[in-house]
Amino acid sequence: MKTVTKLLAGAALAVGLAGMAQAESHGEPVKAGFIYVGPVGDGGWTYEHDQGRLAVEEEFGDMVETVYQENVPEGADAERAITQMALSGADIIFTTSFGYMDPTIAVAEKFPDVKFEHATGYKTADNVSVYSARFYEGRAVQGHIAGNLTESNIIGYIGSFPIPEVIRGINSAYIHAKKVNPDVQFKIVWAYTWFDPAKEADAAKALIEQGADVILQHTDSTAPQAAAQEAGNVYTFGQASDMSEYAPMPRVSSIIDNWAPYYIERVKAVMDGTWESTNTWDGIGPGMVGIGEITDAVPAEVKAEAEALRDAIGAGEYHPFTGPLNKQDGSAWLGEGETADDGTLAGMNFYVEGIEGEIPN
Amino acid sequence: MSLIRLEKRPAPSRLFSALTPLMAVVATMIAGGIMFAILGANPLEAIRTIFWDPLFDPQFGPYSRPQLLVKAGPLILIATGLALGFRAGIWNIGAEGQYIMGAVVGAGAGLALYPSESPLLFPLMVLAGALGGWAWAMIPAILKTRFGTNEILVSLMLVYVAENILASVSSGLLRNPDGMGFPGSRNFRRDFPAASNTEIIENTGMHWGVVAAFIAVILAYVLMSRHKMGFAIRLAGEAPRAARFAGVSPTRLIIFCLGTAGALAGLAGLFEVTGPAGQISIDFNSGYGFTAIIVAFLGRLNPIGILLAGLLMALTYIGGELAQLMLGMPAAAIQLFQGMLLFFLLAMDVFANYRIRIGTPEVAK
Repeated sequence: MKTVTKLLAGAALAVGLAGMAQAESHGEPVKAGFIYVGPVGDGGWTYEHDQGRLAVEEEFGDMVETVYQENVPEGADAERAITQMALSGADIIFTTSFGYMDPTIAVAEKFPDVKFEHATGYKTADNVSVYSARFYEGRAVQGHIAGNLTESNIIGYIGSFPIPEVIRGINSAYIHAKKVNPDVQFKIVWAYTWFDPAKEADAAKALIEQGADVILQHTDSTAPQAAAQEAGNVYTFGQASDMSEYAPMPRVSSIIDNWAPYYIERVKAVMDGTWESTNTWDGIGPGMVGIGEITDAVPAEVKAEAEALRDAIGAGEYHPFTGPLNKQDGSAWLGEGETADDGTLAGMNFYVEGIEGEIPN
Repeated sequence: MSLIRLEKRPAPSRLFSALTPLMAVVATMIAGGIMFAILGANPLEAIRTIFWDPLFDPQFGPYSRPQLLVKAGPLILIATGLALGFRAGIWNIGAEGQYIMGAVVGAGAGLALYPSESPLLFPLMVLAGALGGWAWAMIPAILKTRFGTNEILVSLMLVYVAENILASVSSGLLRNPDGMGFPGSRNFRRDFPAASNTEIIENTGMHWGVVAAFIAVILAYVLMSRHKMGFAIRLAGEAPRAARFAGVSPTRLIIFCLGTAGALAGLAGLFEVTGPAGQISIDFNSGYGFTAIIVAFLGRLNPIGILLAGLLMALTYIGGELAQLMLGMPAAAIQLFQGMLLFFLLAMDVFANYRIRIGTPEVAK
């Protein structure tokens, strides 16, 4: 029984693959699929990925066809959604959230001729690339501005999940806030969600009540911006997307994820037949991380310093994690002038010295 | 004086009780079709994509047919347990929490013994999963029998507690030590085969959780129609006073109904985490425990009905995904479509409970 079903499945797969090969030889458009964790209208993370998809369409016109599926949960449903997308004839599939890592690898094994691109993960295969952005570079600029702006010396931080990416952002922001304001203190709230406007608004309000007058967020909705606007004298930064509808106050700047150049490059590689499994981690320099316009609510000299910091990071002249830096427990991490290596950054699971509280586990 | 009147039936009509689910599906197709048309899709194509393609489309069918069982399995398993309580007027709204705790306790038991290859490991995990769900359901049960608290509120609130426990163990206790600090446990299917819930026959979707769902349906059917406990449940739901006179102990009933529902939800969680989901992760639960409430009512709280309702619900999920993929429908439209199904089902209950009279009423005698 087992062999029979295996044979049948193999035959079905072969027929499907043959059909696909045929389709390509007839000069049909390359089909690029996108799996989204949130709704395309979230105004943050998923919105920017979808902007990247639209940029691919714009760039290649009739030579490309794109499909997407939004609100795909990161559990058992993800594997089905990705499989169905592969079955529908997609040539390249971008899975745009960390939780899709194992499902992406599992589906990739079944579809060796389809290319997969997984965002923010670390597992690669012959037909699976990973890509992520060095958001911590943007966090450095944010921290610099936040440390200058705060009067209560309390900066609130809405964390999503206690994973290395988020912890990196907290550390980077803290280091650069502390540099300009030695009295600064971070209050961190974990929302355990990437996108939940109600929870994010509650977190923002709680932080404001605790005296925070600058709110940084690692969640994707604009709810914290709205909460800050309501409270009055509170500054925020756009997350993932520019969120410029809240400028010039409370939103004074933003970190913008710009996936468009990468998506265009990867789809092009599939068209040209030059696609290879890669591990991309780009920052401000290549344009994957953008700093949204710094508004006039920020004093001119602070704005100039922030822009200089941005440019130095972009040019590779300055690394946001440059020693001397200690870990939270006081143990030495980086010596004078030493910079953090990518391996440590990728798995970062500690706070730097000065941050209060513990990483939940 | 209206021309159409509703007249209460002395007892709900059996014919209409059986027919209303079908009528609700048809009404959903019509109203949903109108919605899809407004969204700019061909309504017939959309309906066909949702109800027909997952089963018979040559491109997707071979893959999505087995997936129907995968998706329906946990829904049926949970709904069967919930229906027992609902029939007795015991409202367990927290199956989602019991589902999570079953997965956490069961997966935890397995991970504690990593990398055991014992054939007894998986049965042990199944037991632990059922126990986890059962214990979580015992909290509202005991609070209700001892202190008279409301089981709706307590069981619902415990869902949020369970979600936080899940987030905590995903990034702490059960985190994959080889996972570079990222949250999420080891993947059972990839790293721990002895503890994984694999397909019994390949490419059929038939895993142990689906088998358990079928067994649960049969046992629940026997219980409700042949066993004294089933009689007590029905009596308590339909005539609570009579039940008390007949010597049915409310305490025993509450403990039994909540406990069974919790254990079945826990089992569903365990089978899901070791099978289709593959690992404990922060977002592991995807609402099965809540959707199962809809399935229970869609199936008229009857085990056989629940079996069919679970499959139908799974069909709308998978078909809905295909509609998103193939027709570019927004996810919200699919959720709306599923919402319509429940709405029409409840609305159609009018026909089961009332007779429709056309014409002016006779003068009261």
